[in-house]
Formats: sequence, C-alpha cells, structure tokens
Amino acid sequence: MLRKLLIGTALATSFAFSAHAADVKEVQMLHWWTSGGEAAALNVLKQDLAKEGYAWKDVPVAGGGGDAAMTALKAMVAAGNYPTASQMLGYTVLDYAAAGVMGDLTETAKKEGWDKSVPTALQKFSVYDGKWVAAPVNVHSVNWLWINKAVMDKIGGTEPKTFDDFIALLDKAKAAGVIPLALGGQNWQEATMFDSVVMSTGGPEFYKKAMNDLDDESLKSDTMKKSFDNLAKLIKYVDPNFSGRDWNLATAMVIKGDALVQVMGDWAKGEFHAAKKTPGTDFLCYRFPGTDGTVIYNSDMFGMFNVPEDRKAAQVALATATLSKSFQSAFNVVKGSVPARTDVPDTDFDACGKKGIADLKKANEGGTLFGSLAQGYGAPPAVANAYKDVVSKFVHGQIKTSDEAVTELVKAIDDAK
Amino acid sequence: MSTVAETQIKLTPEHDARPGASVRSRLQDLLPKIVLAPSFAATIVFVYGFILWTIYLSFTNSKTFPSYDITGARAYQRLWRWTFESDPPSSWYTSITNMGIFGFLYILICLALGLFLAILLDQKIRGEGVLRPIYLYPMALSFIVTGVAWKWFLDPGLGLEQTLHQWGWTSFHFDWIKNKDFVIYTVVIAGVWQASGFIMAMFLAGLRGIDGEIMKAAQIDGATTFQLYRRIVIPLLRPVFLSAFIVLAHLAIKSYDLVVALTSGGPGGSAWLPSNFMYEFTFKRNEMAVGSASAVIMLMTLTAIIVPYLYSELREKPR
Repeated sequence: MLRKLLIGTALATSFAFSAHAADVKEVQMLHWWTSGGEAAALNVLKQDLAKEGYAWKDVPVAGGGGDAAMTALKAMVAAGNYPTASQMLGYTVLDYAAAGVMGDLTETAKKEGWDKSVPTALQKFSVYDGKWVAAPVNVHSVNWLWINKAVMDKIGGTEPKTFDDFIALLDKAKAAGVIPLALGGQNWQEATMFDSVVMSTGGPEFYKKAMNDLDDESLKSDTMKKSFDNLAKLIKYVDPNFSGRDWNLATAMVIKGDALVQVMGDWAKGEFHAAKKTPGTDFLCYRFPGTDGTVIYNSDMFGMFNVPEDRKAAQVALATATLSKSFQSAFNVVKGSVPARTDVPDTDFDACGKKGIADLKKANEGGTLFGSLAQGYGAPPAVANAYKDVVSKFVHGQIKTSDEAVTELVKAIDDAK
Repeated sequence: MSTVAETQIKLTPEHDARPGASVRSRLQDLLPKIVLAPSFAATIVFVYGFILWTIYLSFTNSKTFPSYDITGARAYQRLWRWTFESDPPSSWYTSITNMGIFGFLYILICLALGLFLAILLDQKIRGEGVLRPIYLYPMALSFIVTGVAWKWFLDPGLGLEQTLHQWGWTSFHFDWIKNKDFVIYTVVIAGVWQASGFIMAMFLAGLRGIDGEIMKAAQIDGATTFQLYRRIVIPLLRPVFLSAFIVLAHLAIKSYDLVVALTSGGPGGSAWLPSNFMYEFTFKRNEMAVGSASAVIMLMTLTAIIVPYLYSELREKPR
C-alpha cells in the first residue's frame, strides 16, 4: 500500500517537473477569444501562419474572460515562461514593458511601415521607450448608438444630432411603450456610456483634459457636473431590471425590439451579425449624439514577449501576419471593429464598418482620437476602476447628486494616481 | 483508515521475527515522517510562507508586480481612511459592513436552521433516508452553480417575481437582487440554502451520538420536550456547534465566488465582500499593496474571532 503511494507520488512529481520544451516553429498565444465569431476571426490568423509553416498553440486559460487570462499571464511571466504573445489591453502592455519582459519589434515595424499606418494615439500603447512591443489587432470605438430600425420607424424617430434630440427620441419610445434605453447595470457598461456623455457634453478638448490628462480643474468643473446630470437623465429611460445585466443581453433587447437603443462599443455589432441582422435594414448605427467626428477608442493588442532568440522568427511572423492588410480586413469584418491601420481598404466592410473606418481616419488626422477611460485607455487601471466605481455609485444611487459625484471623482482619482 | 490497519497487522510479526532487520524497522518508524514531510513542507511554504510574503508586500508600494522596497504603511492608512467613509460608501466600507451582515446572518441562520431540521429529522420519522440527502445535496454544488441558479431565480424579470406575475399575483414585488441596500441579503439566502443541509447533517450525527439513557432519565424526571432540548440536548451538542461554527466561518470568508456568480458585485459594487475587494485591487486595479493589506486585515480579523473561541472551547476538555 505504502509503496504504491510512494510510486504514485514520484510519478506525479516527475510529471509536474517535466517542462515541455517550446517548439521553435510554434506560436504560443494567450488570448480569451474563444466564443463563436471571435474564434472564427482568429482562425484566419492561424491559417495565415500555417501557410508559413508555423503551428499555433493556445495557452489554456481556465474560466475564460480577460481577468483570468491576465492572472494566468502574470503567473507565467513571474515563472519566466513567456508565451510568444498575449492578447493585452492598454496599460497592461506598458506595465509589462516597464517590467522589462517585452520583446522588440522595431525592425519589423520599420520594414512594414507601422509607424505611418497605425494611428498615432494607438502607438502610445504599442510603442514603449521608442521600441515596438505590441501589435495592435483592431480599433474599437465606444461612442456608438445601436438602434432597432423597426422600432425607430414605428415611433417615427430620426437620427439624433444633439443630446436634447436624443432625450426627445427616448421620450417618443417611452410613449410608444418600448424600453427606450437598453443598459446593463455593470460598472464598466455604465462608465463606457458615460465616456460618450462626457464627450458629448464637453467636447473633445474637455474630454482629453478630464479623461486622459486627469486634470483636477476639469474633473470638478461645471461641465463635469453637467455630464453627470446628463447621465442621470439617461438613466431615467432604462428598465427597472437593468442592474447587473450582461452587455450582450442588453444588445439582445435591441435586436428583439424590446428596447430602442443601446449605447455600446462596436463589439455589439457582432451580436447583430450573429442574429443575422444587416445594418441599414434591421438596425442603425449612429455616433453618440454630439460626438460625431470624434472617436473614443479602445484596442486589442498582441503584446510580444522577450522570447529566446530561436523563437523570435515565429514571433516576427505572428506580428507581421497580425498587421497584414488582409488579416486586418478579414478579422475586423467579423469582429465588428475597424482595422488598426488606416490604409486598409474598406470594401469588405458593412455600412457601419465603413463609417467606422472613415471616422477613425478623420479623427486620427484631426487629433480627435481619444482613449476610453472606462475601457482602460485613458488612464492606468487603478484610476480607470476608481472612475468606474464613482460612475456606478452615481447610477445606482449611493452617490446622490452631481456635486457629490465630482467631489468623489476627484478624490477617487487622486487616491488612485 | 484501512491502510493503517492493514500495514500494522502485516508489519508487526515481521518486526519480531527478524531481529537483524533493524535498518528496516528504523525505516518503518521513519516512514510516516518521510511520507508526511512533503505535505508539511508544502504547507509551511505555501500557507505560512505566503502569509509572511503577503504581510511584507502590504508594506511596499507594489502595483502590478511585487516590489520589494518597504515604503511604509500607506496601504493601511488608505484602508483605515476608507473604513470611515460611509457616505457615499467607499468600496472597503461596503465590503466590511457586508462581511459583518453576511457573516452574522449566514452563521446564525445556518446554525439555527440546521439544528431545527436535525431535530425534526431525529424524530424517527419514516423516509429519513430520502429526506436527508435532499437537504444535504446543495452542499455538493459549487458556489458558482448555486450563485447562477439563485441569480436566475431571484431575477425579477426571469424567476420568482415573473412566475408569480404570470400566475396572476401581479402585485408581488421582490427585487432585492437589484437593490443596492438589500442585495447582500440575497447572498445570505443563497449561502444559507447551500450550507444549512450540511450543518443539519452535522447536528444529526451529534444527536445520534447522545446517550438515550440520559434522555430517558430526563423524561422520567418530568422534563418537557422543550426543556429536554434546551437543558440537555443542546448543551451536549456543544462540540458540534464548535465544528459547525468553524466550517461556516471559513465558508463565509471564502464566499467570493458566490458574490461574483450571484450578483457580479451588485449594483455599484454594493455586494462586495472583503475577498472581492482583495481580488479586485490585487489583480484588476494593479494595487497589490492595498490588496495585500486587505488580505492581512481579513486574516487578523478571522484570527481574532477564531483563536479565542478555539482556545476557550478546547481548553475545557483537556485530553
């Protein structure tokens, strides 16, 4: 009996210690794109790499979702077992770059002309200390309205151009007996909507000062108070059951026609596509009223780790394939986002995608492309989450007035800086 | 159990039969220690070692990654300040008040309900064999499953409220899970549902262990049923209370996943427990020092409750 136990222990130990050597013709990839459309989109990349002779290996993540993946990544990096690349968001890339574990793709970047084609604002996250450390996969923007066209026709609504138009439109929907605004009452969704509200209320200059530069004066200004008041107005149009709802369920309400509109990033379009809806005939995409011409973005990046020399070739191949025009187009058509380089032809995209591409180009040239604070592209995670806390507490009534909200916001952000 | 018995029976005669096998017998004496050593070492490193490491980190300025420069007790100062920010409530204030509400109600209701069910089941009723597993079964589910099931059941648009509305009771209103002031009580409901059956089983085992003679003697002396339980049975169950309390206390502290699955944090983070706070700050907000400090405070609070209790309970019956 005891001998069996000992043998068993020895076997288990030897299994645990048998570190599997990484194959040099293999791309080890940590990501959380496992659901239908996203997985299909990623398959394009797998096939591109297979053509060049590189095998793809997913790094398994238990539990799915970005948080679990980031916890797994932290453990891998701490153990010195770097993946070839990992899906990463915003400041995470910079954190890891500051810790000195990211690779250097500057050579490839120069050869491929990334610094000219990738929007400048994005390069803040993909370039650290003059070195390319990540390959952006896409650009999402959050200042979108997603509207059910049948409901819109029924209530005789037109595209809202100002915030007051928007309120009037919501009133019409309410009068017609549909839920005007589909919202999931989770803090990131509320804050994502508030990003657009701030842009709409204060304009691009103000947004940059408050939400990216975290300027105290702007954060406690009357404009910020008015933004909170506007948010309070919008919250009056959600159904009583909104708290805690997932974003895709809120999108489903719009798809089914139970609700008129959702304010959400363009990943919502993936849900419409999955439900076999076409833009223009089944649903409409407008910029959040008062934010036309500006883009509040977030972006998925493939962070490239400082892998041993023999695995570099696979990494370069991955990065090149990721930023190739063909993959950028194929992937983003499915994902609902727009390409992370501005020189990709928009022929394969639907109407919303075409508008997204044109908007991004315009915003990049006009300097009105700003990071979303709610999505972690405006400030480091500690600040972004403090912001989400305040917005969410305001929405759910722990913070009662807009005066109190700005005071709390300044306090929370100062605390987290 | 069987292993130990088997080895002893087999080994003892050999031990006597061969006087020359002293190396072997010494090895046999050492074997339990050798077998235990890896798990002992693992416990030392992975439990106590990491407790010390966490305490160390809480005094640094660790953000995304651990940093090893001691920078003072800023993390504790922030937590201390947040402890008194009740309007609007800071996340830490919400977490610790929720822990108080949840821990108190969860342990109290589980103990009361578990004891009550055990007493009822102990009346030598028919079908006990069927009833007992029914009550016990929820414990076999993970917190995640419990959380998701109750999330659907308590959701006003899907579960109980919707069903009763369809049955015609349209004035029925139960939206605690969507209400920032009541959401923590839904966590209590789900937690109690899961654990009370298990506590019942513990009490039932305790009740079965009580000597029938004592009960009979009391009945002959004219004790009413109430007195019988109040004066004799419940005091005799004291060790069971101790075990049940320990089990429930650690379940309460660990209820992170229940909160996440049931409420995903609640409206405006109103369902957070300290464990949610710790995870959020350490892994999502990259404030590892604050996360570590909150973990240390959780540990110290738990120690402050459990250690005196264990001490007083275990001291009374010296072996």
